[in-house]
Amino acid sequence: MKNQQFKKRNTRPYSSIMLLSAIVITALLGIVTYLMMETPEETESTVSTEIATDPERIEDGIHLRTGLKAGEGMDAVIRHCTPCHSAKLVIQNRMDAAGWESTIHWMQETQNLWDLGDDQEVVIQYLTREYPVSTKGRRQVLKDIEWYSLEQ
Amino acid sequence: MNRRGFLSRTTLAALSAAIGAEVFYGAEIPSGYQLIIEQDPDLFSLYHKDRDMVLLNDRPINIEAKAHLLDDHVTPEQFMFVRNNGKVPGELDAGSWSLLINGESVRQARSFTLEELKEQFTHHTYHLTLECGGNGRSEFDPPAKGNQWTVGAVSCAKWTGVRLRDVLREVGLKEDAVYIGYHAADIHLSGDPRKEVISRGIPIAKALQQETLLAFEMNGKPIPIIHGFPLRLVAGGWPASVSGKWLKGISVRNKVHDGPKMESPSYRVPCRPVAPGTEVSAEDMCIIESMPIKSLITNPRSGAILEAGKNLRIKGHAWAGELEVDKVSYSIDFGATWQDCTLDKPLNRLGWQQFKAIVDFPGKGYFEIWARATDSRGISQPMVLPGWNPKGYLNNACHRIAVKVA
Repeated sequence: MKNQQFKKRNTRPYSSIMLLSAIVITALLGIVTYLMMETPEETESTVSTEIATDPERIEDGIHLRTGLKAGEGMDAVIRHCTPCHSAKLVIQNRMDAAGWESTIHWMQETQNLWDLGDDQEVVIQYLTREYPVSTKGRRQVLKDIEWYSLEQ
Repeated sequence: MNRRGFLSRTTLAALSAAIGAEVFYGAEIPSGYQLIIEQDPDLFSLYHKDRDMVLLNDRPINIEAKAHLLDDHVTPEQFMFVRNNGKVPGELDAGSWSLLINGESVRQARSFTLEELKEQFTHHTYHLTLECGGNGRSEFDPPAKGNQWTVGAVSCAKWTGVRLRDVLREVGLKEDAVYIGYHAADIHLSGDPRKEVISRGIPIAKALQQETLLAFEMNGKPIPIIHGFPLRLVAGGWPASVSGKWLKGISVRNKVHDGPKMESPSYRVPCRPVAPGTEVSAEDMCIIESMPIKSLITNPRSGAILEAGKNLRIKGHAWAGELEVDKVSYSIDFGATWQDCTLDKPLNRLGWQQFKAIVDFPGKGYFEIWARATDSRGISQPMVLPGWNPKGYLNNACHRIAVKVA
């Protein structure tokens, strides 16, 4: 009842308010939809799209498909190391030349790795150059702390 | 196997479970065809892992939690670490699954279907702490080879199954039995079907403990694929690598089991302490058994900024391998002084225990909260790295979180 009376008395301003609201809502919806659909997708899919178009692309010194550092010997590492395991296993590790050599030897003895031939030296040089051992000591300083306000 | 050359209904069911959705035209998939999601899967959705979990390696799959993700008393699937040595088996059919018990020290080899195990033996449920032997490896100096786990390769879920000892007694052991070794369905990274990926084991005394299970449920549901569906050996308190996933066989041995990853240096540490970086010969390396005393502050997340004058509630878990945790203390002054935390009893032996405390700060500034647990034999966690070992196992140094009072 109340509503009907309200409508009768205010038909004109009411309809213009409706029209205005509709325009505003449509515009807002458009913006929200745009934000939801365009922005995150664009940022998220940039890397994968680039990988899809050029799997061997190198950006900021990083080989996008594998995550390996670009440098002489990287191709040999991809060829010999990544058929069985991901490059992520390589990238995590730090060893000196003797360490890498014994790791390769262990994989040949027990994990079906083939003879690397002349590439073995190239691979070891790449790994020790791009992923050098650094001294950490008995306890490192806490790193990469993401600070946030805590309400308890 | 299937005359029409399409996927069987059970394979399809396993596939749907893995993807988390039904494959609509599943019946039309020719056998041998790999769905796009299988060829290039989003591992997090495929295996129901939280997006904040850390992917260390995707081939083989190795994923760890962060300390604050492990706040639950019972670790849910999405926060449970994954340590794989090989590829996840493709065909996992609970209906046709069987377990073969054999080896020199059984009276007669015998096979049980999963259904027979469930029907013939009493079910038991335990909360069991499983920690990767290499948890904390990333801190060692000189660095140790392998996945660089930080703190999150530990879990304590609720496992349900039958006791291994009930099954072994039914089969009958010879008097010379000293060890058991497991055999599993995972696939070698090289794809070589003749190569066993990992086949570790435990001494017979550990195998006969009441909490050592042939488990078929985790947290009240069938074990998730990535954690060993449909059958897993679960032996809490020891390096999680003895808890073989996708279990197909148990060999009862009259000597220390000699499967892959039992040999030095895998899951072994120097029998006597060595200086960092020392080369240790195989005969001087000893198999890791019970895991050492350890604790983790799971709340708050490191990096909290507090208002001055407010106190801080902290909580977390502590565990001690075969032993119980007797005490947990915390320090806000890098170990100069320690205060006691409140510590709960475990829900059962080999389950982790909860600690909590209310921390007061003397003023504004940067603080670190260190937690240190002590086991029932009076052994505490070290504040710095424990003894160096070639493979970077057993790092049980105190866990720390950073706090600012502003």
